[in-house]
Amino acid sequence: MDQLILSRLQFGVTTVYHFLFVPLTIGLAFLLAVMETIYVRTGNETYRRMVQFWGKLFLINFSVGVVTGIIQEFQFGMNWSNYSRFVGDVFGAPLAIEALLAFFMESTFLGVWLFGWDRVSKRVHLASIWLVSIGTAMSAFWILTANSFMQEPVGYTIRNGHAEMSNFFALLGNTQLWLEFPHVLMGALATGAFFVLGISAYHLLRKNHVDLFKKSFHVAITVAVISSVLVVAVGHAQAQHLVKAQPMKMAASEALWNTSSEHAPWTLVADINTAQHKDPFEIQIPYMLSILAYNSLSGKVEGMNQLQAAYVQQYGPGNYIPPVAVTFWSFRIMVVVGTLMMFLALIGAYMVLRKKELLGYRGYLKWMVWAISFPFIGNTTGWLMTEIGRQPWIVFGLQKTAQGVSPTVSAGEVLITLLGFILVYTVMGIVDVYLMVKYVRLGPDEHVTDDPSAQEPIPSLF
Amino acid sequence: MNLDVLWFVLIAILFIGYFFLEGFDFGVGMLLPFIGKNDTDRRVMINSIGPFWDGNEVWLITAGGALFAAFPNWYATLFSGFYLALFLLLLALIARGVAFEFRGKEQNRTWRSVWDWLIVLGSVAPAFIWGVALADMLKGVPINASMNYVGTFFDLLSPYSVLVGAAVVLMFVLHGALFLSLKTEGDVQERAEKAALRVGGPATTLLVIVVILSYFYTDIFRKMGIDPGPVPMIAGLALLSVRYFIGTKRYGWAFAMTGLTIALSTVTVFLGLFPRVMVSSLNPQWSLTVYNAASNHYSLVVMSIVAITLVPFVLAYQIWSYWTFRKRVSPTDHMDY
Ligand code: HDD
Ligand code: HEM
Ligand code: HEM
Repeated sequence: MDQLILSRLQFGVTTVYHFLFVPLTIGLAFLLAVMETIYVRTGNETYRRMVQFWGKLFLINFSVGVVTGIIQEFQFGMNWSNYSRFVGDVFGAPLAIEALLAFFMESTFLGVWLFGWDRVSKRVHLASIWLVSIGTAMSAFWILTANSFMQEPVGYTIRNGHAEMSNFFALLGNTQLWLEFPHVLMGALATGAFFVLGISAYHLLRKNHVDLFKKSFHVAITVAVISSVLVVAVGHAQAQHLVKAQPMKMAASEALWNTSSEHAPWTLVADINTAQHKDPFEIQIPYMLSILAYNSLSGKVEGMNQLQAAYVQQYGPGNYIPPVAVTFWSFRIMVVVGTLMMFLALIGAYMVLRKKELLGYRGYLKWMVWAISFPFIGNTTGWLMTEIGRQPWIVFGLQKTAQGVSPTVSAGEVLITLLGFILVYTVMGIVDVYLMVKYVRLGPDEHVTDDPSAQEPIPSLF
Repeated sequence: MNLDVLWFVLIAILFIGYFFLEGFDFGVGMLLPFIGKNDTDRRVMINSIGPFWDGNEVWLITAGGALFAAFPNWYATLFSGFYLALFLLLLALIARGVAFEFRGKEQNRTWRSVWDWLIVLGSVAPAFIWGVALADMLKGVPINASMNYVGTFFDLLSPYSVLVGAAVVLMFVLHGALFLSLKTEGDVQERAEKAALRVGGPATTLLVIVVILSYFYTDIFRKMGIDPGPVPMIAGLALLSVRYFIGTKRYGWAFAMTGLTIALSTVTVFLGLFPRVMVSSLNPQWSLTVYNAASNHYSLVVMSIVAITLVPFVLAYQIWSYWTFRKRVSPTDHMDY
């Protein structure tokens, strides 16, 4: 395999892995802040125990989020040095601001929160978790500012063969950012909420700590309803923006080879033949794509063949069609889990509002345990669609992925690091899941105490 | 001062902050099996850096981000050039980071000792790699006309760079031992004080050797003239005074002095580099400088405004957090790690 493929694989693997932990950090930090606020307001001890239980799971997750994040920052320079030289003037700034504004805040106040239970006042303790939560959201904002530039470059001029920042506020006002940020943020809040809902459902099914897990369920269902409705609404707006900003990505995510008729149907499933540029088999819902794209029964959507011809005119010879099948199917999977999540959240909210006895609805509770995986699937497929649908560009319209790779790093070196990361990630993933499951099962109020041998000398290894 | 130079200074400051702060938590990590004779001791040690280590590491992350933003070419050349070295650094930082969190989550002996060793490895390796990297940056590495590193992984390892790596490791051990002597009590404190006394000598000797070798391997003295200027002199004096302060049991001062040595040594490296940021051993013309590696003026203006607004807040709350957790950690405290 060549160095380009390996570098892309490495980037994909490491970012997707990082983004398994990120949304849970963002979502749980917010839920913890809400729970602790209720505790400080009411003085109800149950909420304090809740914060400590969910907090433990939060910390296990956070530590993996942190260590996988460092790799993200390094790999732009390591594997994508030509890209870094090309966009550093524009792209580096949000990254640096993220560190200065968000990472310092998250890490410092998480330390205060974790070690401060009996060192700082209740109010300062509460303020710390809110600052952690705000820090995670700001971190998302700044990294997505950088990512939005890659989707839709704004505020730059090309000089001496590289992109220079010419308007910082244009970067901040990027339409792509103001769709991507709310979508990702709401997706993350939904991730945290479904995590809490699912684990609460698990314990409610076993009638453990019923009061505590019902209260957790109530807090989380509120967040779940709001976030899962908004994630769908914003996703719809994103699709409409894509039609204008990155029509090729839109066409690929619809497997639409030729420009549609005036009343465009939405393809539910398709058998995609990439070599011959056609879909031998499709199931379609009439009018639906026009509605999705323009909120109207009519309106054409451009197809890949036509766009390809136009791009060759504009950018010169080359293949401008991204991997269609991945883009198409990841979009479908995201939409399906998004829809399911919305319904599950609405049903839960209905039952809570109607004061139904949750314990009686075992079928629903079992669904909720499985639904823990939905937002993770949604987040991953969402990024796959966004990033793969942008290919062959690394920065849309400005630089191709093939041009961004480091010129002097060999395929062998990338292979070593790829295998190394995969190995470490696998081990770390197993340990992480093992500990999560262990502490979920243990439930609240259980602590690992010092074992009796804590005072015994440990034999020296030398 | 023009903005290119200002950003060079800011990046130097970020690295000083990083080496000063993470220096002691690396040191604590390396000392874990030597000072921590039983599980409680080890937990005391880890908890003494518990609230701080991640915040300390963010100094590196910020330095990386600032490098990317202010000197994209420096960032690109350094990171793609030192590829495998940075890979090892990342593995070490991963292992160490999760080890702090995971270690205490199981009672099992074997479990804990595996994480302990990962903490040790994860603390030695980064210290060593940073030493090697700094030495190589000063000494020069094969960089071609289009700013790309054309050497191999083993070109990074010369006797000089390995010795600098070892010197950094010992300095951090000393710094960490002194930190422990301030932050713990009882047995752990006593052993930390002894450890400081023991590594003080070798650390100083090695540093002197490194300084002498720098005369042969780098152009740092030629650049500064035979008189190395006040900065490295003060760094040396600070290091020599550590022995005295330990002898008179003024550990706070001793810690301040190792900190000063670390800070001023870093300053010396950056002074030695300036105005270059990466020295080419192939052709001096091909070196990266603060001018040809920098971002455009507009980016630097934006970044300067952001940095000047935010840095005071960051410093304020980090200092506040150290103040909040100023008490010594004792085995009877509630410990989270
Ligand atoms: C939408 C949000 C988001 C996205 C797209 C990314 N991250 Fe991330 N990152 C976070 C949200 C986040 C976070 C919520 O702030 C984390 C997750 C867990 C944590 O501890 O903080 C984090 C941690 C984290 C850290 C460690 C911070 C620390 O030590 O406290 C670094 C260096 C990065 N990230 C860098 C990156 C880079 C360079 C990315 C681009 C590929 C990236 N992250 C994608
Ligand atoms: C600021 C944030 C991000 C930046 C700057 C960024 C940049 C990049 C770059 C440089 C590549 C390599 C080109 C390629 O492989 O085709 C890439 C690919 C990829 N990225 Fe992103 N990315 C970001 C966020 C994410 C996130 C958070 C995810 C999801 C977890 C993600 C998922 C992917 C995937 C799956 C690929 C592989 C695509 C492929 O191989 O074709 N990205 N992105
Ligand atoms: C019916 C529901 C949904 C629709 C219509 C939708 C739509 C979209 C679209 C069009 C994009 C691509 C944007 C771009 O390339 O610029 C996207 C990306 C993404 N989606 Fe969704 N989405 C839905 C549900 C979800 C859910 C439930 C999640 C996760 C919980 C999710 C997470 C993501 C993520 C992480 C990205 C990548 C970042 C971004 O580009 O915003 N989506 N979504």
